[in-house]
Amino acid sequence: MHSIAAAPHIFWAVLFVVLPLFIVVFYAFTDESGSFSPWNIAALADYFPIFLISLELAVIATCICLLLGYPLAYAIARAKPQHQKIFIMLLMLPMWTNLLIRTYSIMAILDDRGFLNTLFDTHFHIIGTKGAVIFGMVYDFLPYMVLPIYTCISKIDKHMWEAASDLGCSPIKVMTRVILPLSRSGIISGVTMVLVPCISTFYISQKLGGGTFELIGDTIERQFLNGARNIGAAISLVMMILILISLAVMNRFTDSDGEDGGIIV
Amino acid sequence: MKKISALILILVISVSCFTSCGEPDISKRRAGDVITLNVYNWGEYISDGSEDSYDTNKEFENYFNTVLSEKYGGIKVKVNYTTYPTNEDMYSKLESGSGSYDVIFPSDYMIEKLIAEDMIQPLNWKGLKSESNFNTIDPDYIGNPYDPNDVYSVAYTYGRTGIIYNTTMVDEEDLGSWDILWNEKYKGKILQFNNPRDAFGSAMYWKNIDVNSTNKADWDTALKLLEEQKPLLQAYVNDEIFDKMVGGSAAVAPYFAGDFVTMYWDNEDLDFYYPEEGGNIFVDAMCIPTSSKNPDIAMEYINFMLSPEAAVANALYLGYASPSLYVYNKYGEDVPSPAVYKEEYEQYNAEYSEGMDDEYVLDILYGVTGNGTYSYDPYYKNFTPEIQRHVNSLWEELKVFGTAEPWVHITSAVLVAAILILATYTVIIKKRRSRDYRMRDKALKKSKNTK
Repeated sequence: MHSIAAAPHIFWAVLFVVLPLFIVVFYAFTDESGSFSPWNIAALADYFPIFLISLELAVIATCICLLLGYPLAYAIARAKPQHQKIFIMLLMLPMWTNLLIRTYSIMAILDDRGFLNTLFDTHFHIIGTKGAVIFGMVYDFLPYMVLPIYTCISKIDKHMWEAASDLGCSPIKVMTRVILPLSRSGIISGVTMVLVPCISTFYISQKLGGGTFELIGDTIERQFLNGARNIGAAISLVMMILILISLAVMNRFTDSDGEDGGIIV
Repeated sequence: MKKISALILILVISVSCFTSCGEPDISKRRAGDVITLNVYNWGEYISDGSEDSYDTNKEFENYFNTVLSEKYGGIKVKVNYTTYPTNEDMYSKLESGSGSYDVIFPSDYMIEKLIAEDMIQPLNWKGLKSESNFNTIDPDYIGNPYDPNDVYSVAYTYGRTGIIYNTTMVDEEDLGSWDILWNEKYKGKILQFNNPRDAFGSAMYWKNIDVNSTNKADWDTALKLLEEQKPLLQAYVNDEIFDKMVGGSAAVAPYFAGDFVTMYWDNEDLDFYYPEEGGNIFVDAMCIPTSSKNPDIAMEYINFMLSPEAAVANALYLGYASPSLYVYNKYGEDVPSPAVYKEEYEQYNAEYSEGMDDEYVLDILYGVTGNGTYSYDPYYKNFTPEIQRHVNSLWEELKVFGTAEPWVHITSAVLVAAILILATYTVIIKKRRSRDYRMRDKALKKSKNTK
């Protein structure tokens, strides 16, 4: 019975996930005429600075998301149940608008002579810098950090707090010794759900970064537009492998006893 | 076994999905059939009925379904209109075969490429079942270098690149040349094209280098110039230029004359000039892909686009210069076309210049030729594959150039280090704790045993 229920998903996954992956691998290891060639992968050394900057911006954005998102998730989880629903809805509210439109609006609002600078008559320059790209990433992906952590914290038995306090833990100790370790799986899911789209994002950097630098997603897009499919496929492949490695490392460090791991990939 | 058969089934279905889209035969059309005509154009490149303007596609459907339907055996037409942002996007979509299109609007160099690769078909003016409008095209835009015998294309718009600037932010003595884009005075207020062809073009026109050069050294020289320019730039832009120039975020930008007109309507502080060194002359033209399933109806669509109402409405909506004599007739009485049209020309010319409401704008749009000192063809030509690859890699170099800012490296290095330390710390704590537990368990067992 359960195999029938899974059939639509298997069909979907094979057709749109597994098959395309094979196509990517095929293109990555062939040249334009279709014969085997390892040179696409070898040529990737030229793209090292782009890989590096993508990874760096993604790490910074993810850390900011975590620092902003964890206290928020904690506050929501400790609010009264009827208020929690409202807070979560407010958090999700921006996601009702398409990501591209939100990003384009940030550009219009923060531009040198954009809405905010005109309103306050200031000369605040952020659009076109890496700071703007990080801001865009944090803004767009923050809900993905908050939601899993919130779910995780709200599932923690209320008695844990009481027990810890009864046994003489200060509020800070309760936080660091009880709540944080128990919400670890939420943090891992959140970090995964923010880090991965941050690394591979391509629209945010083009609009908010002013096109003066590129992230790896932009590079892949441009390769395909210029008809350099083989290089584009090679970059995609290497990026997927890099993401898998970083997730594996993260998983290993934070969850060595393998009990309540977060959702990986 | 079940799994394998399921997998085979999936493969069979997916393969048949890709191959079943066979071509319907024109001869199989029957009266009452609704034919879908797929038109693939640049974004914002047709009068689409917004703000009470002329709805070109709807008008064509009406025209075809009332006037031409009978001549085509009673079929009806529905236009499916989609858009693309760059020639390259359009090309990769067409080449991959992921969409079937009947009318496309490529630019000059792309037309050359499409002809060479046999991806567009000859236009069949004789097969039209309406009166041909071909002779209403300005003779200057007949026999263009990319298609010398007008076999495959008919011009839709044309123009030249130039400099748009904000008169409140730029001093008059700095105007006149491409060098304003390299002027330190406007650091952080300068925009540049976000596509290799036009960005390299701006440097090459400035230094009078052939923009179709097959000498790699020429391109390397241009790259040096662009790398010098990069620290002065606010951004590399496509459509974002409209917001940035109209809103006043940027002071100077190279762009197309037709788009200047659109921006000028929204911000009268803007002005425009053609650099004295010359600039790219482009033509966007209408073509029919080889893969079109309805080339005869596509032909009627193209012919309709040249009709006076559609041509004037589109020229007014786009702001680009139109090669149609109905829109702008610079020849006066001496127009080299059948005399019957002359009065009609005048009528539509007047309607158009009234709609433009500014003589000055018309001068910019149609004063394209006769300016520029270049000693070579100002049109872009299709690259050889070798130069194409070289230019792509230079563009990559430009994008990577100067990418690294120290604070990004330092912050991320600190963060990664912090994460690693934290992770190792928790692992050590855990190990120690589990060792302690184990020892305690052992001790407990021992004490039980001894009891």
